[in-house]
Amino acid sequence: MRRSRLIAAGIAAGIAASIVALPAAAQSRIESYHVKGNVWLLAGAASNVAVQIGDDGVLVVDTGGRESQAAVLEAVRELSDKPIRWIINTHAHADHTSGNETLSQAGITVNGNPAAIVAHENVLGRMAQEERPVSEWPLNTFFESQRDFYFNGEAIFLYHIPSAHTDGDILVYFRGSDVLVTGDLFVTTHFPVVDLDAGGGIDGFIAGLNKALEITVPAFLQEGGTYVIPGHGRIGDEADVVSYRDMALFVRDRVRHMIEAGMSLDEVLAAKPSLDYDPRYANDEWTTEMFVESVYRSLRD
Amino acid sequence: MTFGLPATGAPGAAGVTWLGSLALLSSLALLGSLALLLPGSALAQLNLSGEWTGRYHEDTDDRVPGDVQGDFTGVPLNDAARRYAEAFDVTRVAVLEHQCQPYNMPHIYRGPLQFRMWEEKDPANQDIIAYRQYIGTYMQSRTIWMDGRPHPPGHAPHTHMGFSTGRWNGDILTVYTTHIKKEFYRRSGIPSSDLTTVVEHYIRRGNLLSHVMIITDPVYLSEPYVLSQEFVLMERGNTNWLYNCEYVMEVPMDKNDVPHYLPGANPFITDFSEKFGLPFEAVIGGAEAMYPEYMPRIEALINEQAR
Repeated sequence: MRRSRLIAAGIAAGIAASIVALPAAAQSRIESYHVKGNVWLLAGAASNVAVQIGDDGVLVVDTGGRESQAAVLEAVRELSDKPIRWIINTHAHADHTSGNETLSQAGITVNGNPAAIVAHENVLGRMAQEERPVSEWPLNTFFESQRDFYFNGEAIFLYHIPSAHTDGDILVYFRGSDVLVTGDLFVTTHFPVVDLDAGGGIDGFIAGLNKALEITVPAFLQEGGTYVIPGHGRIGDEADVVSYRDMALFVRDRVRHMIEAGMSLDEVLAAKPSLDYDPRYANDEWTTEMFVESVYRSLRD
Repeated sequence: MTFGLPATGAPGAAGVTWLGSLALLSSLALLGSLALLLPGSALAQLNLSGEWTGRYHEDTDDRVPGDVQGDFTGVPLNDAARRYAEAFDVTRVAVLEHQCQPYNMPHIYRGPLQFRMWEEKDPANQDIIAYRQYIGTYMQSRTIWMDGRPHPPGHAPHTHMGFSTGRWNGDILTVYTTHIKKEFYRRSGIPSSDLTTVVEHYIRRGNLLSHVMIITDPVYLSEPYVLSQEFVLMERGNTNWLYNCEYVMEVPMDKNDVPHYLPGANPFITDFSEKFGLPFEAVIGGAEAMYPEYMPRIEALINEQAR
């Protein structure tokens, strides 16, 4: 269908925009914010960057876009002069991984190599497929559902979430600091980006949010406790993830009901299944129509 | 002992009826906007410290026993809020992560509550650094910073009480709050968003405290939502209870299931409309249905129903 192709092209363009392009002003200044324990947020890059610091060195989760890589490195250096030992990628998109080379080369492992870049193996596959520079690739990969290791005095857990935002998403949990880093499985700035071309799916997306809810534990009055660093936007906690999960689940259920009733994509779009969340999450880069079509295609195909 | 009208000569009593009027609220709304722009003083003109308890002669059914399902009157809700309320299933409170969720800042003052308020002063110069509040219903604590500090950056976490700064504007304490968690304006499912901001005015006259809120929500409100509540100073300490909420699975269900109604399938959406014989269009009309100019339209709708 022509409209479908147009919207699909829009989806691709939207994803590309979210991956690559941000206004220059947003790139010019990186702000660091202490989240909890050993973990800091660097805000202002193309995506959020999480930094864990301690006696063992520095660990960085996601490295932002190409334009901000020098500023991110500078911000890391302001937090700690210890060597950057580890880099973890939550998924393959360029707005989260384009600083890999700069930060890796600025770091060093205990055996003298550039800082190791860790990700699920599907991330390596995607980056190789996209012919990204080899120096940006995560060469320390895993294929299991979970990996863990100990660094800076706390256990760090990596949970693979199949077929969610992409097919290589991981949640990164700092058990001692009690901070969860979600990549784009949870954002506060836009609707879920279900990147179907990269192996994503709405059911997996919701499963990923439910996994995040298994990990998070709220403090008194359902706030605070485990803090959550989203892929984009402000720091959240379990209540914020709950709101986002509820939204994704409601829209998924409505679209599924409409598909079962035999409605076409145009009819589904006209019914506005995400109306109650449009003023909050729709934007020019990832519009309501792009989101609803991605949910529709994810459920129908 | 009666807690009626403010004592003669009480600050703010002269020339003002103690019962708020729409005109007063409109003026306060304007005042609130202006007050944020004007320089203020950290020196307190009035003492707000003490234990305050609510009076519920206004909006009693909404504030104490709880609103009837489908009561959307008096709220300038937009289309997004209508859809949200239409999909809302009150059994959602059984979901683990929703069970211990308290009211957020603009909502809690509409419930049955007592609160304690006190000053924190700089011992070096006696300037007020902050006002503290302890709100009994859910054991919530709140700080209103008076020392000129900025609000947190946009990437900081939100809380149910939000982040508040205040300043004195004559005898009125004006407070501005950001970083508020998403919650509800009404228990029947009218949502509030995490982009909500609130301007409050605390107006003391004798033992009465008028509390005015001007709520702005770009996600779910079509215009500022203005509310007022009255509180009375208590002679004795409050009788707050303890809120030891513990979330547990209360009914057998998939713990990841979230009850909600599909569009058009909420069987309770017209409960309020039917109970009071009001046209549903008027009940869910939002801002258009809030003002006296809408009365002829209600009459026309009722006449249509009668035919």
